[in-house]
Amino acid sequence: MNIELRGITKRFGSLVANRDVNMDIRAGQVLGLLGENGAGKSTLMNVLCGLYRPNEGQILIDGKPVAFDGPGDAIAAGIGMVHQHFMLIPVFTVAENVVLGVEPTGPLDHLDLKKAREQVREINDTYGLEVDPDALIETLPVGIQQRVEIIKVLFRSAEVVIFDEPTAVLTPQEVEDFFKIVRGLRDDGKAIVFITHKLNEIIEIADRISVLRGGEIVGGGDPSEMTEAELAEMMVGRPVSFAVDKTPARPGEPLLEVRDLVVLRDNDDIAVNHVSMTIHRGEVVGIAGVQGNGQTPLVEALTGLRQVAGGEVRFKGEDITHAGARKRHQLGFAHIPEDRQRTGLVPAFSIAENMVLDCYYDDRFSRGPNMLWKVVNETAARNAAEFDVRAPSVFEAVRKLSGGNQQKVIVARELSRDTEMLIAAQPTRGLDVGSIEYIHGRIMHARDEGDGVLIVSSELDEILALSDRILVMFEGRIVAEFDGATAEKSKVGLAMAGAVA
Amino acid sequence: MTSPADIAAAAPQRLGKGRQRQARISGAVLLGLAALVALVFAQDVAGEATFRLSRPTDPLALPDLVVPALPFSYAAAAVLAFLGVRQFLRGGVRWTSLSLGFGLFLAVAAFLVWATAGKSFSLTGMLQATVVRAVPIALGGLAGVLSERVAVVNIAIEGMLLAGAFTGALIGSLMGGLGGLAAAVAIGGLFGFILAALVVTYRVDQIIAGVVINLFVLGVTSYVSSQVYQEYRFLNNAPVFRPVKIPFLGDLPVVGPVLFNQNVFVYGAIVMVAVATYYLFYTRMGLRARSVGEHPRAADTLGINVYRTRYVNVTIAGMVAGFGGAWFTLGSVGRFDEGMTGGRGYIGLAAMIFGRWHPVGALMAALVFGFADAMQQKLALLNTPIPSEFLAMSPYIATIIVVAGLIGRSRPPAADGQPYAKE
Repeated sequence: MNIELRGITKRFGSLVANRDVNMDIRAGQVLGLLGENGAGKSTLMNVLCGLYRPNEGQILIDGKPVAFDGPGDAIAAGIGMVHQHFMLIPVFTVAENVVLGVEPTGPLDHLDLKKAREQVREINDTYGLEVDPDALIETLPVGIQQRVEIIKVLFRSAEVVIFDEPTAVLTPQEVEDFFKIVRGLRDDGKAIVFITHKLNEIIEIADRISVLRGGEIVGGGDPSEMTEAELAEMMVGRPVSFAVDKTPARPGEPLLEVRDLVVLRDNDDIAVNHVSMTIHRGEVVGIAGVQGNGQTPLVEALTGLRQVAGGEVRFKGEDITHAGARKRHQLGFAHIPEDRQRTGLVPAFSIAENMVLDCYYDDRFSRGPNMLWKVVNETAARNAAEFDVRAPSVFEAVRKLSGGNQQKVIVARELSRDTEMLIAAQPTRGLDVGSIEYIHGRIMHARDEGDGVLIVSSELDEILALSDRILVMFEGRIVAEFDGATAEKSKVGLAMAGAVA
Repeated sequence: MTSPADIAAAAPQRLGKGRQRQARISGAVLLGLAALVALVFAQDVAGEATFRLSRPTDPLALPDLVVPALPFSYAAAAVLAFLGVRQFLRGGVRWTSLSLGFGLFLAVAAFLVWATAGKSFSLTGMLQATVVRAVPIALGGLAGVLSERVAVVNIAIEGMLLAGAFTGALIGSLMGGLGGLAAAVAIGGLFGFILAALVVTYRVDQIIAGVVINLFVLGVTSYVSSQVYQEYRFLNNAPVFRPVKIPFLGDLPVVGPVLFNQNVFVYGAIVMVAVATYYLFYTRMGLRARSVGEHPRAADTLGINVYRTRYVNVTIAGMVAGFGGAWFTLGSVGRFDEGMTGGRGYIGLAAMIFGRWHPVGALMAALVFGFADAMQQKLALLNTPIPSEFLAMSPYIATIIVVAGLIGRSRPPAADGQPYAKE
């Protein structure tokens, strides 16, 4: 099945998300759709899968124009989408999730789960997916959940499969498996659309590439004839440097010393299992690891957000094991939390309000019970300019900003004062190339000023690019340590999977 | 320093810590009950407690159940103490909730024996009253389950019950019982539809929308009953549905009068619970409804109409509550009084939570509440030194414990209470 998009324009109020987009999706090919966050990729695909209706333009399937009245129509036409945030119901089984919406039924509307299980097994066998149809979704790892999404799409006999940022949540090993599945689908004659902002992946998997910027197609072609640098320039609109500007580290005295730290999860499981490490002034320590191996509780414990069950944390020799978040903040801790919308910002507050969340009580910003809004706003405006936050004004609600600008608000708040220790968790998750470049620069700048820096990221490339020292966390323990300059990606990747003693 | 072996050994203990705490809490509760039984119920108690199981006129009469009060109290206390100590010694055992359930049953039995010592008391009569009193609570709970399973919090059940009671009495007086029942169901459905319109289409806060409906219904019905019914008494004089005995089954001892010699509301509640269970967990529409309650966006991407599903389910929930409301008038007294539902709708919501958002669970919880209600009534006749109000409180204390998550886990539908906005 071939799909043609002709002159698609989609507006939200005055905002034009897609302008006059033309695109060909062909059977037996992987079309890579590249673009920064906010470039309009997801909008375009939501138009294609029937969630949005285009304001102008046409969708042609095998040459015939079609109009979708909702996701149901697109599914019926053979278009399936695997969303970035999985559309699975955690308390349902795999089989229930797969058949939802097109359930096999008997008399009295009776749900035929036996038949559903058989059908899931059939697809399993055809594409080598190996998923237990009776497993509850909430018990499955993310990589398997993604396969369930793929089964869901195939179950609806989709001929076109759209993957929206499919590798964002996968480990390097899982990505390999996933690419195998995608190639299998392609060879089976399906048309694949692969949406991403990761250049190396798109070059590896795509047969053709289209690049979207500001809602318009700005270029594309055959990946074998294009380099990452060209694609990046097309995507961002200016030349981009990939290598983080990194001078050799000059580590100073020990700054943060962690001894035998034990941290529990909410359900009293051990999350951090006797971890010891030292972070010196002027060095970046990166913690690599697949999500869910205790990195989040570790960061929460170090920033005073989670109680410590055992062990000791010292900062410049002072015991801060049980110090609260504000105390740590006053000692010079800066914290870029992993979930900017939940932990980092109050989305409904303005930029200025978010910028003083950590220091509103300071004499500079308040006098007794009164906030000095004038000072707050002026300071916020200055910081916004300095940290490249792009917004109409500091009175804009943070929720209306793009992910990159939201993250810059956090970075501005945390680093605009005199800091000594920076703890950054997933500092560039979901950001575009331009913002990533900027935030990486800021982190290195903090290091060069003599801060100790701890980075936690599930993006191995990011860890490798930034760290002077790499610690690998697996099941709550530090299982390996590498030198940042000489670490090999494959070895770190193996350690992340727990393959070292 | 801790060696890796120690860490490995500590891990499973950590894993079980939550469950251990649960086991310990229930152990403490059991020991407390043992002390209560031994120190209060076994003191100054004499004679035998006689429980009547059937009337002499029944075709299959059972002899009375006679329990010697003092030995029974001590035996119960001993068993309770054993169960409690066992919880501490073998913490985290699988039988925690079973022990606790059995322990509570024993404690209630010991209490009844103590209260009836030297007297005689109709056990079957109390069980029958339990079922009758559980009906509106069960139907309220079922209405709650139906709407919360599609993620609409239904505080308005109280108002829907009241509207059903009022309309049942009014139309029942004019057109007879069946007409009244149909009208009660219809008015409940109407308020369900209004709630759905407010929270689904206009995205009013669900709690506020529910409270608005409750206050509206309370105001209108109170006004009419105090102003209009005073003048025109014939408008508030409806026929009452009499118990219908099911042949043969109704003649069984104990079970017969309790389950098979009841009126249409009891049978209706049981049938509705069964149908709702089948609908929610064994049909295509039920799977879709639950998906809307758990993850509406996922349902939407699969072509399921989230808004329509919510409208339909909340309207049906309203109809169930309307039917339950008719119980107050057409099922018992045939007359409407101001505010006569007395918070049963809210108790129904408690039953829903206690019953873990499952129709059968809600029915069981309603029976527990109904039992407490019936016991309180009957004990007033026996002249016990404990004020009956304390007994009436006990199920709610149990609910608070359950809701607080101390014993067992109770998880609402993931999207419960959240409006869904298409992008």
